[in-house]
Amino acid sequence: MQTNQKESFQERFQNSRVLQIVFALSLLILPFVLQYFGNAWVRIADFALLYVLLALGLNIVVGYAGLLDLGYIAFFAVGAYTYALLSSPQLTNAFPSIAALFPNGLHTPLYIVIPLSALLAGLFGILLGAPTLKLRGDYLAIVTLGFGEIIRVFLNNLDRPINITNGPKGIGDIDSFTVFGTPLSRKLDLGFTEIPSVTLYYYLFISLVAISILICSRLEHSRIGRAWMAIREDEIAAKAMGIDTRNLKLTAFGIGATFGGVSGAMFASFQAFVSPESFSLMESVMIVAMVVLGGIGYLPGVVLGALLLAALPEVLRYVAGPLQEMSGGRMDSAILRQLLIALAMVSVMLLRPSGLWPKPSHKHNSPKANLPTNRSSENA
Amino acid sequence: MHDSAVPDSALALSVRGVSKSFGGLQALKDIDLDIMRGSIHGLIGPNGAGKTTFFNIITGLYTADKGDFKLLSKSYSPSLVHEVAKAGIARTFQNIRLFNEMSVLENVMVGRHVRTQSGVLRAIFKTPQFIREELDIKMRAHALLDYVGIERFAQHKAKTLSYGDQRRLEIARALATDPLLLALDEPAAGMNSTEKKELKILIEQIRRDNKTVLLIEHDVQLVMGLCDQLTVLDYGTKIAEGSPQEVQKNPLVIEAYLGTNSATHGTKNHLTSVSQ
Amino acid sequence: MDTLIQQIINGLVLGSMYALVALGYTMVYGIINLINFAHGEVLMIGAMTSWSVMGLMQDAYPTAPGWVVLLGAVLCACVVCACLNYGIEKIAYKPLRGAPKLAPLITAIGISILLQSLAMIIWKPNYKPYPTLMPSVPVEIGNAVISPTQIMILGVTAVSLSCLMYLVHKTSLGRAMRATAENPRVASLMGVKPDMVISATFIIGAVLAAIAGVMWASNYGTIHHSMGFLPGLKAFTAAVFGGIGNLEGAVVGGILLGLIESIGAGYIGELTNGVLGSQYSDIFAFMVLIGVLTLRPSGLMGERIAERA
Repeated sequence: MQTNQKESFQERFQNSRVLQIVFALSLLILPFVLQYFGNAWVRIADFALLYVLLALGLNIVVGYAGLLDLGYIAFFAVGAYTYALLSSPQLTNAFPSIAALFPNGLHTPLYIVIPLSALLAGLFGILLGAPTLKLRGDYLAIVTLGFGEIIRVFLNNLDRPINITNGPKGIGDIDSFTVFGTPLSRKLDLGFTEIPSVTLYYYLFISLVAISILICSRLEHSRIGRAWMAIREDEIAAKAMGIDTRNLKLTAFGIGATFGGVSGAMFASFQAFVSPESFSLMESVMIVAMVVLGGIGYLPGVVLGALLLAALPEVLRYVAGPLQEMSGGRMDSAILRQLLIALAMVSVMLLRPSGLWPKPSHKHNSPKANLPTNRSSENA
Repeated sequence: MHDSAVPDSALALSVRGVSKSFGGLQALKDIDLDIMRGSIHGLIGPNGAGKTTFFNIITGLYTADKGDFKLLSKSYSPSLVHEVAKAGIARTFQNIRLFNEMSVLENVMVGRHVRTQSGVLRAIFKTPQFIREELDIKMRAHALLDYVGIERFAQHKAKTLSYGDQRRLEIARALATDPLLLALDEPAAGMNSTEKKELKILIEQIRRDNKTVLLIEHDVQLVMGLCDQLTVLDYGTKIAEGSPQEVQKNPLVIEAYLGTNSATHGTKNHLTSVSQ
Repeated sequence: MDTLIQQIINGLVLGSMYALVALGYTMVYGIINLINFAHGEVLMIGAMTSWSVMGLMQDAYPTAPGWVVLLGAVLCACVVCACLNYGIEKIAYKPLRGAPKLAPLITAIGISILLQSLAMIIWKPNYKPYPTLMPSVPVEIGNAVISPTQIMILGVTAVSLSCLMYLVHKTSLGRAMRATAENPRVASLMGVKPDMVISATFIIGAVLAAIAGVMWASNYGTIHHSMGFLPGLKAFTAAVFGGIGNLEGAVVGGILLGLIESIGAGYIGELTNGVLGSQYSDIFAFMVLIGVLTLRPSGLMGERIAERA
């Protein structure tokens, strides 16, 4: 049976040092392989890694704690704009007083701005989570969706009366990172070879992904992780066992949001440009889809879901061309991607609700397993 | 003011004047209850008498309109459910409420939450205290599963257990919180007679291990053989209290169970057969 | 700046459309405890379908009077949306009736995106002008004006609501729906088929949304594939505002929300000294939603959700 196959694969992997080293090495040389096909492919890998970070963060909220957040992209936006505002000419252009304070331009050092992005995002996570604590599942989804939209509207409109975010025009000219003295925006000349900027970012991002997976894994197998899952399964029983559900839910929101914030800062630096367009509801939905379709609450599944859905648009480009001709210009890769994500959401929920790669459980397994039951708070 | 002749320190739970109404319906009216430490106290009465409402009130799921509550002679205000658990009352539920997708072992490990401390930072950095605490939690959980007799199912998902074993799991999970008072809401519901016998043995063992038990049950035979004291509720008021033998002979109790609406009180046959 | 009366008129018109859509949300939630995320898209499909039908009718019968074309378009839209919603329920929601809460929610979101994508493919993604079939001479009321289109919207809403109230309170189907909404198990014991009631609920909701879609398009003059998203969300807010599951509440909530949005947009500039402008009017609905759920979660008129064992 399929599940048994994957179960033994995961066990084999965990027990075999050799497999682990091979896996790590292949991840390290991947960018050079991709470079052969063009730097564009490395860029795609970089964006995919950012999505993995987002999916990991959302997995804490949705997968572990069972809170359906449909506005998660807001934290990505907070992180991105925090970094953008502190590392670009936006503020110095808009406010002469700030320009006077920083005559060389606003270039906040990394060790300040990244923790700040994370912290601010985390704070927003708690702020936005607080009103939702007593809501049942579907209302929680709509309210978080509302919050996501509110943030986007503000970002889009905070260019009057004073220009903070530059509205729909977005903020450009954002500093790239400089890690240990090495600027990531230029290629690195090692003498015997050159490493292009996209590859440098790849190594940065994959380190972050590795650290994030470690953090998530440790949280999952801890008292906090179990408490989150208890809340997900049955909030009333969790309370009856002494779990302070309010604090734990806020913690989940906060930590999840922090992942979004760091990811956002990475994004702003990598792309050197941010605008409200990148933080739409469709993005929030896509990250939810990554988590839910991949394997909710199960780290390998979540990573798989993120990689698949992030890579999808690129794969589609090859198919889209002929399709566009066939349909008289009505279908392009963006529409196709949306269509396929929608179909995936519906069909996975109907056919395999626990996701493509769900947590392998002990032999007594049933196919409709693994979705949080999320009882309403009314039932006592 | 407590008017009982028993010193407060001998009482696990002591409540006075508990009242609760839902809209126009008075679910509970002026209930006084004392539970002796180390005893098994039964709360019985016909359906709708207010037993589960009382449970929900002392554990904080509902808020009483009025009432004084003392746990081990210390006042407590049952307003926050998780605070009640911390104070020392653990419960099981009438309609079993397990963490279905978690393993049997994990369910019990969650019970240890309230007596342990490791937070986010200790978990992320895997400090020595964290590792020690996790090991301790795991060992206690295994021990409790063994205590209730389902240790062999430790890695199974909670929802795959049989009904009777699920009830045992709920008890193990409640015991994991190191409670002063274990409140069981119809633990024997749906069990066959063998399982009931095993449950009786388990509850007696729990009492021997110095825990106090408050029990709602409909199975009169089980209750008579198990409980030290009984409190009988009917229509939200206390109509009798005492040892099982006393209560059984109480005409008010018989009336409540057999009364003019005898068709709705299915315990009729049980009560008469036990009193013979 | 518009006068208060003008804003009230605009608010009532907006609110009537919200009310029509809110009814669909509230009826479905009252019976099967599901937020039909895709309901806003039904409004959009109604508008798009009517646009296509109008185009066809005007080509085939160029001399037909405006109201005939409008009526034909509305009828076709209703039929299409009813079939669509019926199909969606049977294929995507019915199989998940017992499933944990997350599954139907994700499916509903998926259907919503699916409908938008299909609309983009069928009707192309550009904004299209919607034909104005009513005379455009506005009627003056004091300092304010009301257009015939707006009068039509108010009228159509009133008629639709009366028909709905008649259906719900005076027919056996309505009785069956009310019984199922209160206690599905007992209702089925009394011989009511829950499947039939649920399908009827989806169909009625779709018809109301289709009508609202045509009204919306007539009011704003343009249609596009994402036109249903915001109205849908706001109509859901209205349903919660009034008390989810409560039909009268949905109407009251819809109208109140329309008024709040309209009057708020008009005065927000003055209230905030120019810091916030009317471009923020979209988030009023969210503020209302958060406010309601925090302060009075059962809504203005109390919620009515089916008893689940």
